[in-house]
Amino acid sequence: MEKILLKNWKPLIIKMSKQPIIISASPHVHSSRTSKKVMYDVVIALIPAFLVSLYVFGIGALILTTVAVISCLAFEYLIQKYLLKTEVTISDGSALITGILLAFNLPSGLPIWMIIVGSLVAIGVAKLSFGGLGFNIFNPALVGRVFLLISFPLQMTLWPTAVENQTNIADAVTGATPLGVIKEGLMFGETMTELSAQIPTNLDLFLGITGGSIGEMSALALLLGGIFLIVRKVITWHIPVTILVTMALFTGVFWLIDPEHYASPLIHVLSGGAILGAFYMATDLVTSPMTKKGMVIFAIGIAIITVVIRLFGAYPEGVSFAILIMNAFVPLINTYFKPRRFGAKIKSQIM
Amino acid sequence: MLKTFPKGGIHPPENKLTSGKKIKILPVPKVVYVPIAQHIGIPSEIIVERKDKVIIGQVIAKSGGFISSNIHSPVAGTVTKLDKIIDTSGYKKQCIVIRTDQKDESNFETPDFPLKSEITMDQKDILQHITNSGVVGLGGATFPSHVKLDLKNDNLVDCLIINGVECEPYLTSDHRLMLEKSDEIIVGIQILMHALHIQEAVIGIENNKKDAINVLKKAAQFDNRIKVAALQVKYPQGSEKQLIKSILKREVPIGGLPMDVGVIVHNVGTIFAIYQAVQYDQPLIERVVTVTGKKLQNPSNFWVKIGTPISDLIDEVGGLPEGTRKIVNGGPMMGKAIKNTDVPITKGTSGILVISEEEASRQEPKNCIRCGDCVFVCPMGLEPFLLMNLTEKGLYERAAKEDIMTCIECGSCSYVCPSHRPLLDYIRYGKNIVKKLETSNN
Amino acid sequence: MTISVLYSVLLLVSLGVIAAIMLYIISKKFYVYENPLIAEIEDILPAANCAGCGSPGCKSFAEKLVNTEDISDLFCPVGGNNVMKLVAEKLGKVVAEKDPTVAVILCQGSCDVRPKTTEFQGPKSCAISSLIYSGETDCQYGCLGDGDCVDVCQFDAMYMDEDTGLPVVITDKCTSCGMCVEACPRDIIEMRPKNKRDLKIFVGCLNEDKGGIAKKACDVACIGCSKCEDVCPKDAITMINSLAYIDPILCTLCRKCVPVCPTHSIIETNFPPRKENIIEPNVIAEVKLEKLKTDA
Repeated sequence: MEKILLKNWKPLIIKMSKQPIIISASPHVHSSRTSKKVMYDVVIALIPAFLVSLYVFGIGALILTTVAVISCLAFEYLIQKYLLKTEVTISDGSALITGILLAFNLPSGLPIWMIIVGSLVAIGVAKLSFGGLGFNIFNPALVGRVFLLISFPLQMTLWPTAVENQTNIADAVTGATPLGVIKEGLMFGETMTELSAQIPTNLDLFLGITGGSIGEMSALALLLGGIFLIVRKVITWHIPVTILVTMALFTGVFWLIDPEHYASPLIHVLSGGAILGAFYMATDLVTSPMTKKGMVIFAIGIAIITVVIRLFGAYPEGVSFAILIMNAFVPLINTYFKPRRFGAKIKSQIM
Repeated sequence: MLKTFPKGGIHPPENKLTSGKKIKILPVPKVVYVPIAQHIGIPSEIIVERKDKVIIGQVIAKSGGFISSNIHSPVAGTVTKLDKIIDTSGYKKQCIVIRTDQKDESNFETPDFPLKSEITMDQKDILQHITNSGVVGLGGATFPSHVKLDLKNDNLVDCLIINGVECEPYLTSDHRLMLEKSDEIIVGIQILMHALHIQEAVIGIENNKKDAINVLKKAAQFDNRIKVAALQVKYPQGSEKQLIKSILKREVPIGGLPMDVGVIVHNVGTIFAIYQAVQYDQPLIERVVTVTGKKLQNPSNFWVKIGTPISDLIDEVGGLPEGTRKIVNGGPMMGKAIKNTDVPITKGTSGILVISEEEASRQEPKNCIRCGDCVFVCPMGLEPFLLMNLTEKGLYERAAKEDIMTCIECGSCSYVCPSHRPLLDYIRYGKNIVKKLETSNN
Repeated sequence: MTISVLYSVLLLVSLGVIAAIMLYIISKKFYVYENPLIAEIEDILPAANCAGCGSPGCKSFAEKLVNTEDISDLFCPVGGNNVMKLVAEKLGKVVAEKDPTVAVILCQGSCDVRPKTTEFQGPKSCAISSLIYSGETDCQYGCLGDGDCVDVCQFDAMYMDEDTGLPVVITDKCTSCGMCVEACPRDIIEMRPKNKRDLKIFVGCLNEDKGGIAKKACDVACIGCSKCEDVCPKDAITMINSLAYIDPILCTLCRKCVPVCPTHSIIETNFPPRKENIIEPNVIAEVKLEKLKTDA
């Protein structure tokens, strides 16, 4: 029986299994990594930070995150289906991540309509108008956040104070972030020793009992998520570590020179969303460079611009602007920092 | 720390299902289809005609030029036709079809070749024997070996590297050959070292073949010029340039050959064929082929005569399983998918892989998410996403500037891409066009 | 307040004037003389920029026409004889007249007559797939169906028929620029002469395999039986490698070859249907009887 099947193999195999032989070019196997899995790994890494924000800000954080996620997904669906008339790609997880990261960059208690506007800008302007996933130059969540910051500066800098606001949104007491306190205080001539009574201790900053946007609370939770991402090979250590080390170096130099008028590097690294920016926003796959050398240059640039804005600029917080500015340089970095070709005579391929 | 190449590389699952199976001798096929273009270079010229009777080892097609090779009859029988048969590429190519004489005893003997370790010939005779026997690179590249060994100046080369790496998943033909013919391989190395006046030889083996490493170390213990280097398991460790970098830390320059850094690389199968050619005057008429696949009844390694149709091999392992979707000639990373099993085995076939639905189907490609994985794994330091982009847009000159011609087509980039983009398809096409443009400009 | 406005206005105006002067000086200093004929010729040309003439665009073709002495071998296929005559008048040179041609697809192996035996997974591009394999069917010479020719046509004169899987040429829109002929990796498209009623006769097959193998792969393949070659009164049909080819210059469109082809491989387009001479048997018998009566 078997012999007969094999002699007339070709036509019979088509009748039998109804599935013809596939021909394709090599390679004929594929790794099990897909872009969906990468995206969902990032979502899992953000869970510890989300839990801390729930503990610290309560319902406010939940509403903020839910509204941001749902409006991002909804806008992507509507724009892709009815305006651009292309394939709908909400299931690839990128809009979900944009929503969560946008929410983590906003203060709890922001009016809902502002969150929706921010999502529209993030998805519609920063992502889809450039061509969709993979074509955007700027980090969508940061574009949304910066748009809201510049358009509604008052509401975006009303930071609900931590811990007291677990259940009551109505009685929210607002205060400033540690960096805001420092900036204002220094402008009015106070010294660091006077100010350090007004800002949380370093331990509080590390654990998350501080004011600010809901995602930049707990350095510990964010670090846990960041290490998870590095272990799962979603990101590499180059960008986050370089940003934080460079920031610490620069602020450390100034602090050593004049400790009364410059905050210590530990305060700078632990507050203001530096860790959130370093691990989750700057490492966004689409908008960061593709070679290790390029990543290091990118990270150094972000750190320098952040420190300059924080120490000498008008804003107390500079990570979002720094990342967006360096995003614009990424195509240039990709062109000039190419990997070394195997067998090339010069040591590195900087043209 | 085991030696390896520093840049790029991937770790696909090894699936060496047949590494414990001794090589069996495949029963002589009823008909053999011997293609005349089994090697790189000019196809051989046929010197037999229809109805000619041939014996085992008789030359049926002679070398067609400098970079060419002789082809010998693998069986004793009659030439039935000189026809065009579909081969691995999918297109019909010229073949010599020989029907085996079932009554001729020589087809069914398995002659015993005891180990001959004395080297009695000089350099010229050794090279002449290799040339006459039609030995080509059996690692898959099929470059005629005598051309590689034709050195103008003996002082150019100081090291001979033997490629026993077999980095492709599923394939075990080199592994079994090293285990079963280790002494012959050492003698083959000594023959080459004698012919080319080389003082040092290193056999590179991946660390997942510890038994082969030990066996070869034992076989080479009395010759301190021959060393065995255990290498880290990484794909594509077996690629020539990566192998030289791992063992000797020398980099072959762009556009250059291993000879430019004083090295010659040969596959273990080729060394065994050289041993047989020099010591026993045996032409290259058979080779070890692995037939494997997760759903096959009885995956095995075989000694196969050149020209055997693949259907004979599939019969021997229990037939094609249900739900077979791809048949690959070679390994899963660099092999060619074939249409049906009438295709014959050639000198460059190291394995037949039968893949079922789950592993075979490609998924729909999505947008490039610019993750940089392809850049990270490319062993030659290229940027596959950029090369695919340039080829899609037709910017071939820029692609040539981005060193598209140094791509070794290992497939690591397509393997890791999370968006399932067909990177290697476009890069191969780009290379083809750039080569055409370069030859038309010169 | 008004003084500062005045200063701003003055500053901007003077900046503008300086910029204008600089631009004027630079445009005069770096002026490139161009023969005004080139612009006139470019206006006559159809501005399709299709590269059918061999030059990269209409502007460079205009330059070539003006600058070469003998333009008898230069031809714009899109504009045709009309445009070339106008160019000849303008320049006072002699141009060649060419017969109009149209692109013809020499493969009729649609999905129902040429069954698919394998499935291809990879980029949808004929150039790439022809490198990788010989096709999803058993005919390695036929159309691959991925539409490189349709993509490259700039005049919207081609589209892919979903039912047959083959490209279709809209002969009214085809300007015979030749881009599709170059794009096809199998050389399936050929330029054949176009006549007023668009009558064409051609062999719709490129299969060079012997009869039995060709027929197994595709029902309407040319099996190389040579019946058409025997019946052609003008010797326009040649058989090479079991494949018939009708020379369009020798062919007089007499249609004798079309019905003798056993696999219906020869295609005729836009001819009126044949008149069938159906003779009733009874009528014949009566006529014969009448004749016998009159003879007798």
